[in-house]
Amino acid sequence: MSRRFRLCVLALGLLAFAALFTAACAELPPFGGDRHPYGDRAVHAALLRHTANTVSAVNFDQRALDTLGEESILFASVLGTVVLLRQTSDEHRTVPKPSPVPDRTRRYGLLALPVTLLIGLYVVAHGQLSPGGGFQGGVVVATAVHLLYIAVDYRALERVRPLGPYEIADAAGEAAYVLTGAGGLLAGAAYLANVLPYGTFNTLSSGGTVPLLNAAVGVEVAAAVVVLLARFLGQALEIEGDEDRGEGKG
Amino acid sequence: MDDVLGGLALLFVAAAATAAVLNRDPARQALVLSLLGLGLAVLFTVLQAPDVGLSQLAVGSAITPLMILLTVRKVRRIGRGRQAEDDGKGRSR
Repeated sequence: MSRRFRLCVLALGLLAFAALFTAACAELPPFGGDRHPYGDRAVHAALLRHTANTVSAVNFDQRALDTLGEESILFASVLGTVVLLRQTSDEHRTVPKPSPVPDRTRRYGLLALPVTLLIGLYVVAHGQLSPGGGFQGGVVVATAVHLLYIAVDYRALERVRPLGPYEIADAAGEAAYVLTGAGGLLAGAAYLANVLPYGTFNTLSSGGTVPLLNAAVGVEVAAAVVVLLARFLGQALEIEGDEDRGEGKG
Repeated sequence: MDDVLGGLALLFVAAAATAAVLNRDPARQALVLSLLGLGLAVLFTVLQAPDVGLSQLAVGSAITPLMILLTVRKVRRIGRGRQAEDDGKGRSR
């Protein structure tokens, strides 16, 4: 295939894409309007299932299978990172030296840690009621744990973060989502169907399976981010290969 | 009011994104990316997508810059180690 021919194919593809994209955009509802055909239907379906946060209703009920896919992508990519960033046979671990932390950083970090942790847990727990949910809250919880590294030092972080339980929690969160979906099959409906009682609107237990799936995602994401950052921290602070033996400090 | 805030957020996002591209030092890029994440979170919230704003705030302005900084640290450690070895043995790898 000559260069000229390839450029022709590229130009043809770009032109076709531009034409189709323009045609598709012309049919879109106007920007910033009050009504949206999909929005109206999603809100209606969410209210039928007593779920106050429509976004969560879309994520964990109307499009629960898409969320299973996203959760599995995160799970698989963290698994890949764990394998890639493992300690190989020609590398060894060194203990990083504790370094002094400025008083202000320490005070701010220790003050922010419990607040951040509480906000994260709140966001996970209220996913079906207010903006947020398992993913957002899970990341906040994982970030809160790492404030310990900033405020104190790496060894303090390692003490509250035994990796084994977090790896198990990561897998358990993923499994809980899959099994809750299978519960729909057992109840005679479809996979991931919302088969539980919907409860009272705008209470913590409302939404049927939405809070359960939301909690499963929260556990999975929090554990996955902790495991992911642990691998990065291990490579950056502890693991040394043969080539960087010349450097002493951690 | 929302229009003004949205416009300001859009301008800030455009400026921060351009700065992130033009900056060549990865450690500084991480900081700029963090600011970009903050700007995007404000923009999403103004556009009435607080769920996406929260995700953006947590991932874009905290986790991603942290991962970049840790990677930079690791790469620099390897670089320094090689330098020391080259100086010590007088040969190149």
